[in-house]
Amino acid sequence: MFVAWRDLRVAKGRFVLMGAVVVLMTLLVTLLSGLTAGLGRESTSAIADLPADHLAFAGPGDRDVSFSDSVVQPEQWREWSREPGISSATPLGIATSKAVVGGRSIAVSVFGVPAGSPLAPDVTSGQVVLSHDAAADLDITAGADLTVGDHRLDVAEVSGDASYSHLPVVWLALPDWQQLAPGAGHGATVIALSTTDDVDLAAVDQQLGTRTVATGDALSAIGSYTSENGSLQLMRAMLFAISALVIGAFFTVWTVQRSGDIAILKALGATTGHLLRDALGQALVLLVGGTALGAALAAGIGLAAQGVVPFTLTLATTVLPAVVMVVLGTAGAALAVRSLTTVDPLTALGSAR
Amino acid sequence: MTLQLTDITLTYPDGESRLTALDHVDLTVPAGTTTAVIGPSGSGKSSLLAVAATLISPDSGRVLVDGTDTTALRREERTALRRTRIGIVFQQANLIASLTAVEQLQLMADIDGRSVRDARPRAMELLEAVGMVEAAQRRPHQLSGGQRQRITIARALMNDPAVLLVDEPTSALDHERGEAIVALLTGMTVDRGIATVLVTHDTSHLSSVDAVAEVVDGLLRVPTPA
Repeated sequence: MFVAWRDLRVAKGRFVLMGAVVVLMTLLVTLLSGLTAGLGRESTSAIADLPADHLAFAGPGDRDVSFSDSVVQPEQWREWSREPGISSATPLGIATSKAVVGGRSIAVSVFGVPAGSPLAPDVTSGQVVLSHDAAADLDITAGADLTVGDHRLDVAEVSGDASYSHLPVVWLALPDWQQLAPGAGHGATVIALSTTDDVDLAAVDQQLGTRTVATGDALSAIGSYTSENGSLQLMRAMLFAISALVIGAFFTVWTVQRSGDIAILKALGATTGHLLRDALGQALVLLVGGTALGAALAAGIGLAAQGVVPFTLTLATTVLPAVVMVVLGTAGAALAVRSLTTVDPLTALGSAR
Repeated sequence: MTLQLTDITLTYPDGESRLTALDHVDLTVPAGTTTAVIGPSGSGKSSLLAVAATLISPDSGRVLVDGTDTTALRREERTALRRTRIGIVFQQANLIASLTAVEQLQLMADIDGRSVRDARPRAMELLEAVGMVEAAQRRPHQLSGGQRQRITIARALMNDPAVLLVDEPTSALDHERGEAIVALLTGMTVDRGIATVLVTHDTSHLSSVDAVAEVVDGLLRVPTPA
């Protein structure tokens, strides 16, 4: 790193320029990561945070599961609850409706659960439990009353921050939900299962005409989430690839510009390994410095914007993208600087530089 | 005897045939002496230097550097030999642009895996020996051609070489500065017991060398006392 450090110090202009590019790329990819996670939470938190390890959907096993298409029947959840290895099988209804208080009206995701269910705060018929976002949007607290669909309900409690398909969740008793959801009849959308290891889910599915997936996998059954998350992840992947290419391009040009110095160093007896370590060390300094600054800036911006945009600030949305940037950037730089292995030390002898 | 080239033949591809750059060349340079190699452009001077520097392997013949047969060495071993036993002074005073004068010398310790900090006193001592201690903190663009060449000489001596190979050190200098550089080189050669080969096309600086060999069309005339 003897020459590398001094190059960094002397060629400040070009390294600051490249460092700024790394900072901006990291800022962009980290903001996008936080936003992707935040939007994902807005779409899925009500499902992801359910105290259930599997969800059973209606329908034959060869179709993709979908919350919007699934309707399970009372005999199915009763049979599921009787199966060995099932700790609990709780019906869960999911629908979209409108909540109205006075002149204020918002779209909400309406979740229906049986009274005393472990899935949600306790809710009885004629009552509703609001998530904090729903209560804030409607500007009401516990004890107020509101209309969901055609039903007038009392607000029993304001609890949690569950969100589904970008809408705040309100929890109703299952009978109230069944009246509100078109086509639900006496059924529900899915059955939330708590299982032990010794249950043959596929066999029970076959027997009861359901399709069971792990709760984490069930997120793909939320239509808007799959397409939205897919697009954002693609953008993230493209940004990572572009970053690696830009860094690779910079170090390709830099290595070509240094080929005279490299020939001298080789002629003086520097090994190729020594030169590669020097060049990659230089790339690593640039990348670590740039990504650390970019991730810190993104974390600051995300923190400031959390109330305005759905930005999730975690290690996975800040440190992880920075680490990926460093790894991919180093790979790009490694591809670029490998050309120094072909520099002929002979060119240092009598070469017109 | 520190540098010995025996029956060296070197050819380059030239279309479908091969061009002979060195034709059964023999050259012996004892320690503490300077041999000048002269000859017209394209005669094979630089090829001779490249073979002695282990940068090219000859088609046949042997190169002994400080008793080591370099033609039998693997590439990594030749690189290590260049690092420890051979000093090279390039034609263009090739210095690394980002390094100060003293760092150009410390660089030799770095590429040899030794402490750069510990190498500083020796670097300063060598800069003093070549009259450049005042310029220790200057970078190449702040130095004149002669000053750069002095630093290149000091750099070549940094690892205590047995052999010093000097390629046209005066080509970018006026006569007076060229004379001073050659005097410096021959002085260092005697003081440090080095075997020095000085390739030059300029015959006006030969008074201070110990022997002169002329290369013509790849053939080396037997060195004669200067």
